[in-house]
Amino acid sequence: MPIITVNGQEVHVEPQFTVIQAAEKLGIYVPRYCYHPGLSIAGSCRMCLVEIENMFKLAISCYTRVRDGMTVTTDSKRVTQARKAMLEFLLINHPLDCPVCDQSGECDLQNYYMEIGQYDSRFLENKIKRKKAFPVGPHVVLDQERCILCTRCTRFCEEVSRSHELGVFNRGNRSVIDLHPAKTLDNPYSGNVIDICPVGALTEREFRFKCRVWYLSTRDSICSGCARGCNISIHYNESRPYKAGGRRAQRLKPRFNPLVNQWWMCDEGRFGYEFIDKNRIEQPYLRAIAELELSEWDKVIDEVSTALKSAWQKFGPNSIGVIASPQLSNEELYLIQKLFAELMGIEQIGYRNPWEKGGFQDDFLIRADKNPNSRGAEEIGLSGDVRTILEKAACGEIKILYIFQHNFDSEEARKMLEQAEYIVFQGTNWNKTADFANVILPGATYAEKDGTFTNFEGRVQRFQQAFLPLSEAKADSEILTVLAEKLEYPLVYLTAEDIFMEWYGKPYEGLEEFGEMISQKKHQWTI
Amino acid sequence: MAIKKVQRKFGFWERTYIPEVLKGLRLTARHLFRNLFIHMAHQFGLAKHLRGGETYQYPDERRPLFARLRTLHRLTRREDGSPRCVACMMCETVCPADCIYIVGGEHPNPQIEKYPVRFDIDLGLCVFCGYCVEACPEDAIRMDTGILEFSSYSREGMIYDLEKLLSYSRRQETGDRSQESGVRRQETGVRSHREVLNVKPET
Repeated sequence: MPIITVNGQEVHVEPQFTVIQAAEKLGIYVPRYCYHPGLSIAGSCRMCLVEIENMFKLAISCYTRVRDGMTVTTDSKRVTQARKAMLEFLLINHPLDCPVCDQSGECDLQNYYMEIGQYDSRFLENKIKRKKAFPVGPHVVLDQERCILCTRCTRFCEEVSRSHELGVFNRGNRSVIDLHPAKTLDNPYSGNVIDICPVGALTEREFRFKCRVWYLSTRDSICSGCARGCNISIHYNESRPYKAGGRRAQRLKPRFNPLVNQWWMCDEGRFGYEFIDKNRIEQPYLRAIAELELSEWDKVIDEVSTALKSAWQKFGPNSIGVIASPQLSNEELYLIQKLFAELMGIEQIGYRNPWEKGGFQDDFLIRADKNPNSRGAEEIGLSGDVRTILEKAACGEIKILYIFQHNFDSEEARKMLEQAEYIVFQGTNWNKTADFANVILPGATYAEKDGTFTNFEGRVQRFQQAFLPLSEAKADSEILTVLAEKLEYPLVYLTAEDIFMEWYGKPYEGLEEFGEMISQKKHQWTI
Repeated sequence: MAIKKVQRKFGFWERTYIPEVLKGLRLTARHLFRNLFIHMAHQFGLAKHLRGGETYQYPDERRPLFARLRTLHRLTRREDGSPRCVACMMCETVCPADCIYIVGGEHPNPQIEKYPVRFDIDLGLCVFCGYCVEACPEDAIRMDTGILEFSSYSREGMIYDLEKLLSYSRRQETGDRSQESGVRRQETGVRSHREVLNVKPET
């Protein structure tokens, strides 16, 4: 393995590494626009210039392969001056409309200007006018004036999404990024070009002008859109609730995980955060005769526990049916399993919605199963048949049906739910199942609680609580522990981590950075 | 730190207070009668070389304001009368009292691109630091109206919205913007620094 020296520090690297990667390994950041680790190398921006010993000219570090004994300097005066000159060139036709630009605050032009630029403009000529702010697809707005032609977006469309929508047109100072004729940027991964654009040329239509990026806080999470379990960051704004109509979750951004999603995520997941703030069940409800009425937590927990207790005492454990949801975290599914199966002896516990058709699936990220934790539910052992549970509820064999989260909107399910005697619904959003419920318990979305999901490969990945549950909603594990206490089954867990410890045998900190295969689970419990 | 204790010695008459009280009363009375005489003489056009004690007869008489005094905010307009503000949120960010609330929106003209759908200042919270004026990259907010009197019977009334803040700027901006602020100054009685320092007693 070659040994190279970067800024006086020695590092062993693979022979196929480039200088920028070697520097990265040492934690030395080299400014760059066109270089992206997930894309091919263009070498067009000339920002990553470094000084290499025995080389006459400065070399671009993104394209220079390492050689044994190479000595590289990334911060000499000559390098900084060259970068400053390059930045001046890139900013020649840049409109400097930072006040209206959504990228400002996370813009590499701004960052590098503050770091190494800080010159006074010497450009006296007129800036070239190009097309400003026009949508190129359902999620993306393009501003050609702001573009510095790094071609990250065109390379993404050619190499990653392989849909070839964007290209560079014309030559010299007239070059622009534009759509190929008769194409729109509507591939299922189009949102990624917004992330990789180092300037404000490509911005998000949904997020546009909703909130300034410096108001956002961020929290690591896992996408709940499908069984892939892409690593994401939730960007949320709680300090200024008058922005974006009081929405807390403002946008989702992919987080690097080489084993799951690399740098990318699909549009369906990226823009599928609306349910966190919209159409939420905010308070517990009790059905009085015909209408649902607002209630209080103590009351509904009492109601549910007495109903469960009396059915269990009168008709035995088989008079209760539980339909868990693959939207719940491993911790909550484990609690459901422990409380209902292990302690109460209920056998009818299922999780899979038999009417749910698989969605779109491709060979990259998107999975047909649109639930984040089906594998987790499978591993925990909630594998009863939901259709038979509903059928039994319809014919009166099951007296109490405890449904989590599911939206049973098919005609067949509706008929069965209509005939069911008593339905407890615990979920986050209003749906068809909630219409038939006798008691509604408001649960928390994945952004509002801690937990883990197991993706379709069996990778256990952790997501973190970004903000508190909306209004009176509570995390499902909290509701279940309170309910267990009322049912006189002591399940004392202070946090989701305690449950995870019991189920998985490790604290969250012990999980590997990029998730861990469930086969590595140490603890096995017996029913 | 060393502390020096000063023991004050009071004489007999000082301890009785009587002559000291009389001394004070004499001073007050001297000013009263002097001002009474001078102001009355001024009424008849006499004794103009003497200067009476200055009291501004607010609200009939206004104290001259310094030109750079920070007074009620206003939002400036473009030449077509629309707000100059582009909702960049700089003022909102820099505001130490968190009293500015802006919601941005998409402007049909891509050259303008962004405009404030909502721009509220809660004057009940504002500390008049002037940071918003300094932070503004578009010269869209100024504190030069010369208006110091704004009050309300409710907290909501202290929240000034976009329309109200714009109303302090003329509907049609002239091309020369320095002229325009001068006009405003005359209208509201704001004077320059020099004017204030050289002010002569009212006659």
